[in-house]
Amino acid sequence: MSVSRAQGFDITHKRKLNIAALAVHGMMILSALVAVLVTVGIVFSLAFEAWLFFEKVSFWDFLFGTNWSPQTALRADQVGASGSFGAIPLITGTLLISFIAMAIATPIGLASAIYLAEYAQKQTRDVVKPLLEVLAGIPTVVYGFFAALTLAPFIRMTGEGAGLEVASESALAAGVAMGIMIVPLISSLSDDVINSVPQSLRDASLGMGATHSETIRKVILPAALPGIAGSLLLATSTAIGETMIVVMAAGLAANMTLNPLDSVTTITVQIVVLLTGDQEFDSAKTLSAFALGLLLFFATLALNVTALKIVKRFREQYD
Amino acid sequence: MTDSFTQHSPHLANRHAAEIRFQWAGRVAIFLALAFLFVMIGSIFYKGTGAFWRTYVALDIDLSKDAIDPQDLAGASYGGLVKKALKAKFPDVKARRDRRKLYGLVSSDAAFALRKWAEENPAELGGVRKFWFVASDDVDVLRKGGIDVEGKESDRRVSDKELKWVATLAAEGRIEQRFNWAFFTSGDSREPELAGILSALVGSAWSLLVCFFLSFPVGIMAAIYLEEFSKKGWWSDLLEVNINNLAAVPSIVFGLLGLAIFLNTFGLPRSSPLVGGMVLALMTLPTIIIAARAALRAVPPSIREAALGIGASPLQSTFHHVLPLAMPGMLTGAIVGMARALGETAPLLMIGMVAFIADVPQSILEPATALPVQIFLWADSPERAFLEKASAAIIVLLFFLVVMNLIAIVLRRRMEQRF
Amino acid sequence: MAYALEKSDAAQLGPSEAVASDPALISAVDVDVFYGEKQALKGISLDVPEHRVTSLIGPSGCGKTTFLRCLNRMNDLIDVCRVEGEIKIAGQNIYAPEVDVVSLRAQVGMVFQKPNPFPKSIFENVAYGPRIHGLASKKSDLQGTVEASLKRAGLWEEVSDRLDHPATALSGGQQQRLCIARAIAVEPKVILMDEPCSALDPIATAHIEELIDELRQKFTIIIVTHSMQQAARVSQHTAFFHMGVLVEHGKTEQIFTTPNDERTESYITGRIG
Repeated sequence: MSVSRAQGFDITHKRKLNIAALAVHGMMILSALVAVLVTVGIVFSLAFEAWLFFEKVSFWDFLFGTNWSPQTALRADQVGASGSFGAIPLITGTLLISFIAMAIATPIGLASAIYLAEYAQKQTRDVVKPLLEVLAGIPTVVYGFFAALTLAPFIRMTGEGAGLEVASESALAAGVAMGIMIVPLISSLSDDVINSVPQSLRDASLGMGATHSETIRKVILPAALPGIAGSLLLATSTAIGETMIVVMAAGLAANMTLNPLDSVTTITVQIVVLLTGDQEFDSAKTLSAFALGLLLFFATLALNVTALKIVKRFREQYD
Repeated sequence: MTDSFTQHSPHLANRHAAEIRFQWAGRVAIFLALAFLFVMIGSIFYKGTGAFWRTYVALDIDLSKDAIDPQDLAGASYGGLVKKALKAKFPDVKARRDRRKLYGLVSSDAAFALRKWAEENPAELGGVRKFWFVASDDVDVLRKGGIDVEGKESDRRVSDKELKWVATLAAEGRIEQRFNWAFFTSGDSREPELAGILSALVGSAWSLLVCFFLSFPVGIMAAIYLEEFSKKGWWSDLLEVNINNLAAVPSIVFGLLGLAIFLNTFGLPRSSPLVGGMVLALMTLPTIIIAARAALRAVPPSIREAALGIGASPLQSTFHHVLPLAMPGMLTGAIVGMARALGETAPLLMIGMVAFIADVPQSILEPATALPVQIFLWADSPERAFLEKASAAIIVLLFFLVVMNLIAIVLRRRMEQRF
Repeated sequence: MAYALEKSDAAQLGPSEAVASDPALISAVDVDVFYGEKQALKGISLDVPEHRVTSLIGPSGCGKTTFLRCLNRMNDLIDVCRVEGEIKIAGQNIYAPEVDVVSLRAQVGMVFQKPNPFPKSIFENVAYGPRIHGLASKKSDLQGTVEASLKRAGLWEEVSDRLDHPATALSGGQQQRLCIARAIAVEPKVILMDEPCSALDPIATAHIEELIDELRQKFTIIIVTHSMQQAARVSQHTAFFHMGVLVEHGKTEQIFTTPNDERTESYITGRIG
């Protein structure tokens, strides 16, 4: 039997230039590049404007100055014409409100996550989890509205009833609203993390007669700690960068205080105040907003990178 | 250790008590979070539903030839006619200050409404006719029970005299609440009783349109590249880390980027939905990429193998077979991203979409505002009647968010059934 | 006390064949276990003698692990699981309403298929049980307990100098011996072992088997195993499960040399399983 000729069986590669395919490939790569360009754009535009600012105001005065009053004078010879740009009061204000928010959100978020992951019946989970997600879906302007118009007066009334002096735009009101806003962030991430702790560890602990809560506190939580820490860092970063709640519910005066009943201002509030309304483009006042933006960007970036790294390492450990 | 399994030593009792306490801590936490949710939503509905109704006052207007000359409709003093009708109703109000208050019972819109009616119905002029006019915001708030009438006169925006007038009108059946269609059909106004959300809604719609048409194609292309074509290595790692971090960058930073690049460098029109949409698109992009990648990953590899097995190129396999299957998942992600963008306020403040906009924007280049920004502006206003509007606008915003999320949930359900 | 030898489906032998030297510590009577609608165990009646090693053998899915987990009520953790019948340990029905699972499990310890040390130090792993049960009030007591348990588990020599090292860094066999040390640190009466060697290499397995034999002096041990050789090496009594029923049980040598049921014989000779 002779071997028939492989007619039409041509498997050698024909290098035909397929323009359409190349174009699609190019577009895909460009699209992926956009994501990188955005980051680069953020860093460069903020850094450029901030650089212009630091030509007018010294970097050290900005970072370590304790007086923030950016109003530039109408006339050049007025007192304090240059304004002063010490960011410390803004940083302490931001940290105070974020701290209040975390102090509210950490226990509530963690306890909810533990209850939902370890105790709740399926039906309860199916109802409560989406409801908690609703908290995350509500726009922050709504939280701000509620904090400014309902929560703040309520806190003020209660505080004054107890003989305390409460500012009408207290850090507490903004912090509480922000805290509730980040509860779902903590609870859903922690829930995931707790669920990924292997069942064998639960069995080991329960099998030697530990109660469920002992198992959770002494075995599951320590094992889940890195993941939980990551979720807390992400939540902190969200709190620091949150804008609308503080714009609506926190104050404008740059007070340096740790009293939650006082009024403080934050980095994001000042950015909004400096950049809304009429502005001249190269005044120190306007440029300072970009310096604050740069500060905010790097602070949240550091938190996010750390958090994502911790969570990733945690996931790998139990995969 | 004892032989008994039932013995309740004090130590064991303590441990069980701790167990119960621990479980209760969880229940209390969930209760607190949900209670806050319900109180917040409840209070907003409680405050806001009133804005869907508004108060009207009926006045008898003299339409005789002396008052309005049918030959010269533009020459008539419609405002004067409304004032005359009020004066006729309360003839014993003499002092100028009181008169001014009396005229303030109806909205400044009354004269325009009357004129519009006269121009549309010239044949019906003559005689005296009863007209329903929009009441002023103070009367509106008063009728909705927003003013403490028992309190000291100096503490409230409505004086005792005004209270008496309103009471008289109400007794004669000249005050009514009607559904406030104008809230949905008009733009912002300095007068709370005339303000509506249409201009803000249209501004939001334009911005979201721009946002969708920029972020969806780019996001999907980027996701396909990362999931199906890019080789594992430093480059894909960099993209991955970069996208994850971008998803967590505060939204206001995107606003700063838009201000510095789109407005100051490219000179695009300030306050326009175009720039607003571009900023929102950058913000939404990571969300869409992450969701689209998950959707691609959910497509079983067997589909790819089947396509490649019959000689399709990787590009054909992806676009003909994988992409259609992943589409519902990608759309779900896009809708969730759009819902987030719809509620976003801070970056829009940065690019100037915060101005007073009464007219409905006709294109993506005209100055506009957006629904959440409108809420922010009204919430900031000192007049009480605007707070009601802000609450009502929040209700509308939440309605849209619920609808969008429901669509996303339905899409996701259908997709889960498929695989 | 009698050590019962009976067939679960139709008793061909008399209900009890006295083995005077082996008094029963655990006795299960007519135990049924359901997972939702599905019945996993049917009418299991089995006596387990004190201070002996009893092995439960049978093909996969035959219910031997389910039965093991009934003995310290680990099945309670599965919502759809329902246990009927009576299981008595030292004369007490462990499914009686007044029984406290926590104190039951403190006395019926368990070692699992895969070594599952807590991600903590070696010391903390062993000290965990005594701590939660309040067995050691002083630090020195606790150290004593940990040392004794590790010695009894044959691990002390290997880890005495690095008690503060993470337990997860130990080898698989060491981890499993640590889990045994952790279980015996609370001085249980019974230790349940669910295929403790299935994840280990032959040398580590030999180590554990030796250990099981020593531990029998002090504890009653029930071991689920896939390996016939292991059952033959470590246990004095053997029970053979097949498709949710207890086919037969008795002294190990009798089961392996002269099984009464042909299913047992098929399994032992490798024809099913």
